[in-house]
Amino acid sequence: MNIQAAPRHTSQPTPAVGQPHTRNADACHELSIRVRDLNLWYGESQALKGLNIDLFQKNVTALIGPSGCGKSTFLRCLNRMNDLIPSVRIEGLVEMDGHDVNQVKMDEVALRRRVGMVFQKPNPFPKSIYENIAYAPRMHDLVSRKPEQDELVEKALRDAGLWEEVKDKLHQPGTSLSGGQQQRLCIARAIAVQPDVILMDEPTSALDPISTATIEDLMDRLKEQFTIITVTHNMQQAARVADYTAFFHLGEIVEYNDTKTMFSNPATKKAEDYITGRYG
Amino acid sequence: MSQTFDEISAQLKKRHRRSARLKWISMGALGLAGLFLLWFFSDMLGKGLPAFQQAQIQVEIDYNEDAQRMGRAALDRDVSRLVSRTFERMIPVQMRENPELLGTTETRWVLADGEVDQYLKGHRHKLNEAQQALVDELAAEGRVALKFNTTFFTTGDSKMPEASGILSAAVGTVMTMLVTLAIAFPIGVMTAVYLEEFAPDNRFTQLIEININNLAAIPSILFGLLGLAIFINFFGVPRSSPLVGGMTLALMTLPVIIIATRTALRSVPDSIRHAAFGVGCSRWQVVRDHVLPLAMPGIMTGSIIGLAQAMGETAPLIIVGMVAFIPDVSASFTEAATVLPAQVFTWAGEPEKAFVEKTAGGILVLLAILIFLNATAVILRKKFERRW
Repeated sequence: MNIQAAPRHTSQPTPAVGQPHTRNADACHELSIRVRDLNLWYGESQALKGLNIDLFQKNVTALIGPSGCGKSTFLRCLNRMNDLIPSVRIEGLVEMDGHDVNQVKMDEVALRRRVGMVFQKPNPFPKSIYENIAYAPRMHDLVSRKPEQDELVEKALRDAGLWEEVKDKLHQPGTSLSGGQQQRLCIARAIAVQPDVILMDEPTSALDPISTATIEDLMDRLKEQFTIITVTHNMQQAARVADYTAFFHLGEIVEYNDTKTMFSNPATKKAEDYITGRYG
Repeated sequence: MSQTFDEISAQLKKRHRRSARLKWISMGALGLAGLFLLWFFSDMLGKGLPAFQQAQIQVEIDYNEDAQRMGRAALDRDVSRLVSRTFERMIPVQMRENPELLGTTETRWVLADGEVDQYLKGHRHKLNEAQQALVDELAAEGRVALKFNTTFFTTGDSKMPEASGILSAAVGTVMTMLVTLAIAFPIGVMTAVYLEEFAPDNRFTQLIEININNLAAIPSILFGLLGLAIFINFFGVPRSSPLVGGMTLALMTLPVIIIATRTALRSVPDSIRHAAFGVGCSRWQVVRDHVLPLAMPGIMTGSIIGLAQAMGETAPLIIVGMVAFIPDVSASFTEAATVLPAQVFTWAGEPEKAFVEKTAGGILVLLAILIFLNATAVILRKKFERRW
């Protein structure tokens, strides 16, 4: 569990596991995903260099860092979305629930059932709001009868804080909603299959401040049920919503700590410079 | 020191003149193209529209003993020269089928001879002076007239222009197109889906891609040779049949459908694929539930255009024997048949002048169908056009 156990990373700080000053001391600190020595190449160029990190259940972990530092690439390693890019080569361990997710025998479909994803640009299916939610559970045989399905759609929309706004127009196209609503619809779609982890790739970067605030509140509520790992360019957002923050730079994790420590007393000069806006 | 507006304007004058000149040249080119099109259409309409009218003649039919052997005997001697021989041939047949006709008489409008038709329409004809006078006299009495040509739409080919129609060719076209669609659509769409959504991007798939693009540009007659060599000579598919014609045209349409489908698939944004993968779809589910439905309008449009192209094709069908004299509507996919453009081709080679208007009429029908198909494709595209 101790991240310093990993070799080659002298600059790796100890994550504040179970320390009293952790922001939500009463939260659960079970390990969700363990990453060891993760290297990733796009063709010849190495994008991730020997990453080691422990991600904890039912917390929000923010990945911050300048553009091109590998945080989105790392995020996509967690549900094997990088498989879609032909030139990618991955080495190292990403372990979830005792399984190495990069093993060939690990079915990426099964993995994505347990690790949902919300993208940067809201991308609802061009189908009805109802169908956007109901599609995946039906595909995974989570629901069989219509009433069950209705119930699940309502629950997912309620959890995503969208129910009151769309309950009268469930059969209108999902693309007719506003940007912020579309993003919450995508979150509802992700949680409808009851995953363990939700990956969010800059979920608010295409949204206005009010919609952003709504999504941040939502993340705060959702972490009671799900492990949330989010990439963000917005320092304040990381400070507001995240329990843990990892600072990426040039494909390495420079610093990983609980958010409060990271923002008040960063251990590395690089992280301090980035957080205070002197760079990046 | 900077230039004044007047100085700048003076320099600009030349540039403006040049762009104005270019504008006029391009408008002139467009006008010329429009003129040619107009000319073509008016020529076709002028020549083809008379084909939809045919001279008919009112005759008294006397079902006597002689008429049982020779139909001409049932008609007045002078008038019988003006009646289509197809009708005269029918009289003995009718009398055999209905023996009670013997001894009765009947007055009926029947198909006139092709020469009478041409005479009435003011075209070149072979009637002699006496026959012309008789036609004029009958026309004055209202016993010879141009009427709507139902024969053209209800019969097959004939050696007599007045009795020839496009029905057998139209049915042949429909059957051939059904075969083409049934073969080319599923194979084409699945090939495109594989190349676009499943296949790795390597030398081999690139080679396939280049070859498919080249196939679309191959002279169609070569597909006919391929059809002859493989389908007829090797597999023994019946010659001249809609089956072999459809298969040959399917070869030709395949690359068009593959290219159209690939374009349609590529226009579906990756964000949709990512969304589907993100909720745990397998590759096939992504394609079946999300990508294909979104690409369908584009696929349909491309397929319709490919089909329209195949429909107007004659050259490959000549090789597989579909340019033939087919008087009767073919009843099955393995019987000899012909198609509309092949029928037009056949008529264009007939020596009788009266076939000129049949040829133009056939072209008009073919054009109407093609315009209808293309319009359907445009409407489909407009209706399902989607902005992301």
